[in-house]
Amino acid sequence: MYHDVTMAGFGGQGILLIGNLLAEAALAEGLHVTYLPSYGVEMRGGSANCTVVISDQEIGSPAVGSPRALLVMSRPALSRFQASVKPGGLLIVNTSLIEPAEVERRDVELLAYPLNQIALELSHQRLANMVALGLYLGRTRVVGLESIEHGFAELLSEKNRVFIPQNVAAIQKGMALAAEAGGKS
Amino acid sequence: MKKKLVKGNEALAQAAIEAGCRFYFGYPITPQNDIPEYLAREFPKLGGTFLQAESEIGSINMVLGASAAGMRAMTSSSGPGISLMQEGLSYLAGSEIPAVVVNVQRSGPGLGGISPSQGDYFQATRGGGHGDYRTPVLAPASVQEMWDLTFLAFDLADRYRNPVVILADAMLGQMKEPLEMRKPELPPLPAKDWILEGCQGRDKRLLKSLYLGEGELEKHCWRLWAKYEEIKKKEVRCEAYRIEDAELVVVAFGSPARIAKGAIMEAREQGLKVGLLRPITLYPYPEKELADLADQGKTFLVTELNVGQMVEDVRMAAGRRAEVHFYGRPPGAGSLPSPEDILHEIRETYPAR
Amino acid sequence: MSETAEKLLNPRPESLVDIPTHFCPGCHHGIVHRLVAEAIDHFGLREKAIGVACVGCSVFLYNYLNTDVVEAPHGRAPAVATGLRRALPDRLIYTYQGDGDLAAIGTSEIIHAANRGEPITVVFVNNTTYGMTGGQMAPTTLLGQKTTTSPYGRDFHQAGYPIKMAEFLAPLEGVAFSARGAVDRVANLKRTRKLIFRAFEVQVQRLGFGFVEVLSACPTNWGMTPIEAAKRVEEEMIPYFPLGIFKERKEADHL
Repeated sequence: MYHDVTMAGFGGQGILLIGNLLAEAALAEGLHVTYLPSYGVEMRGGSANCTVVISDQEIGSPAVGSPRALLVMSRPALSRFQASVKPGGLLIVNTSLIEPAEVERRDVELLAYPLNQIALELSHQRLANMVALGLYLGRTRVVGLESIEHGFAELLSEKNRVFIPQNVAAIQKGMALAAEAGGKS
Repeated sequence: MKKKLVKGNEALAQAAIEAGCRFYFGYPITPQNDIPEYLAREFPKLGGTFLQAESEIGSINMVLGASAAGMRAMTSSSGPGISLMQEGLSYLAGSEIPAVVVNVQRSGPGLGGISPSQGDYFQATRGGGHGDYRTPVLAPASVQEMWDLTFLAFDLADRYRNPVVILADAMLGQMKEPLEMRKPELPPLPAKDWILEGCQGRDKRLLKSLYLGEGELEKHCWRLWAKYEEIKKKEVRCEAYRIEDAELVVVAFGSPARIAKGAIMEAREQGLKVGLLRPITLYPYPEKELADLADQGKTFLVTELNVGQMVEDVRMAAGRRAEVHFYGRPPGAGSLPSPEDILHEIRETYPAR
Repeated sequence: MSETAEKLLNPRPESLVDIPTHFCPGCHHGIVHRLVAEAIDHFGLREKAIGVACVGCSVFLYNYLNTDVVEAPHGRAPAVATGLRRALPDRLIYTYQGDGDLAAIGTSEIIHAANRGEPITVVFVNNTTYGMTGGQMAPTTLLGQKTTTSPYGRDFHQAGYPIKMAEFLAPLEGVAFSARGAVDRVANLKRTRKLIFRAFEVQVQRLGFGFVEVLSACPTNWGMTPIEAAKRVEEEMIPYFPLGIFKERKEADHL
């Protein structure tokens, strides 16, 4: 079993949070995992991306040139990374902020949803990242939802844990969309 | 033991605490600020001293002072700051005062950039400052090693009364991996019978590097040489991964060794007999291990995040017996090679049979 | 000159090693060493004292002072002393630095150690030249003074003005005591002895950073006899580098 995913967007979209969550969940399931964030000089509004590798074997490289999955939340993220996805891989696109026509890849499985709107309908558009993570989990089944919930407990401080249920609901929404899309789940 | 997902820089900082270090002196520089920030938060709770110095020159000399008093002391920085510390490192080595200096490498020359780099290999492994001295150099390649090698660094520094460099890079500092917070079993250390704490009940002591008397400095340098020879004999560490049947051996340290390992796993799936020799100590260097592999007729591919530094040590160790190829990338945003890039080089240099 | 001092200040302090001096005839380092040793004896702290030697003639402090000593890189003694101070909070920590060391290459270290109010004592020996390297221009070299690197005399257009460290450091909040003395004649020596004692006392009392500058002669590099050199201190140095106390804090609760 081997999975890797690059997640990208701009700072403030919670890209690094869902990458961390996925990594914590993988650790909770006893898997090997690496989490590699981008970092830059300290500025607001810059790009944010991270790569998570999960395997039941020792992991070689935490850096991945051609990820098996790419999750993009913003236009610049799509243009920077879309060429890198492995042919036959998975591409998750946030059409709230990206014109579907900008997706050039035809050799990948595409899950394109207006994630901000979906999140807004649920409760708050800040949960768009969670819906995206749900799509990835629903499609790949790389870790279970319970492990993600465990990840929240690891990452969030006591006072922020009250938000866990609505975050989980957003992830579940994404998983449900992936199932409707007819993934191999 | 339960593992925790931890960032490399923070693993190193916590390991320093566990190793008994209570004195940190440093100056901010990307990409290692997690280390001083972590210790600035944790040391006050433990009665430790965190002090932000006026410069890296100040930092290394404060380390010298605290360490002269027998304390485990450290500093951390990156390229430009490490350059400023070279004077202090030379004095520490000459005066035989232990210290742990962490270089989370960023790219140079000059201000360069903040992306991962291995451009400081020569500086670290050749002593770096003026004079005829060396420092053990430890090169972690995982978050677990950021932890484990920090214990080793303090141990070696005290054992040999010499500064020890941990040569990490921005990728190792920023990435997270599961970490087992284990305490290594290390052999007992010699008593610190040289420290300065006031001369109550004994003769005064002096820690110095100035030797002006006829023959004094030569004798001192020979004694240091003997110490480095002992270090070379006892402290070489490296990881050999699938090299027994390998036709091609990739030689890499730090982050590129991880990327290469990913490439090697892929190459093996494609039926190529490729292995990895990863130096964990860059000084002392695993010369014998490389020479043995050269004797076995293996071909080498050296990969580094620079335009060719460690490759010189591989060529020296392998002599004329082996073919040594080099694939390097100068550091900079977007120049980190991917496993695919290295796999391509593996295919290009794989010996035809 | 120094023979007069011997009669006045007998017997040899315990903090001074009983060996012949190697300093040039008429050099004031030996006198200042003795005053430092007397101060350490006065507070009964020889066995708790750690000195930091710097680079230049003053490095040889480590042969003469009967306390633990560590050698610092050029100019870095205040940083080394900071590390020692933090590691050994109850010890007596002192540095002994020359003018090139403290007022040129080590300005960053001295300013920040002073500003942090490190409870250490800094003895600064100002002889307006680089003695050990053969008489080059120092940051404290007087205007018009000829040295091997200012052969036509120091010119402020070219090399700026001699720096007055005792006045310069005094306004920093961390500084508890800053003063300047000289040892060219007995009256000055007696006053300087008190200044050095006080620079140690503010450390003992944990009032902050203690600094004392001592104007000294370097007959060899000045090209003078010892007597001429002592006279130069009086006639040329003191008019530019006035003697006195520029800061003295009596209470710890100053902030």
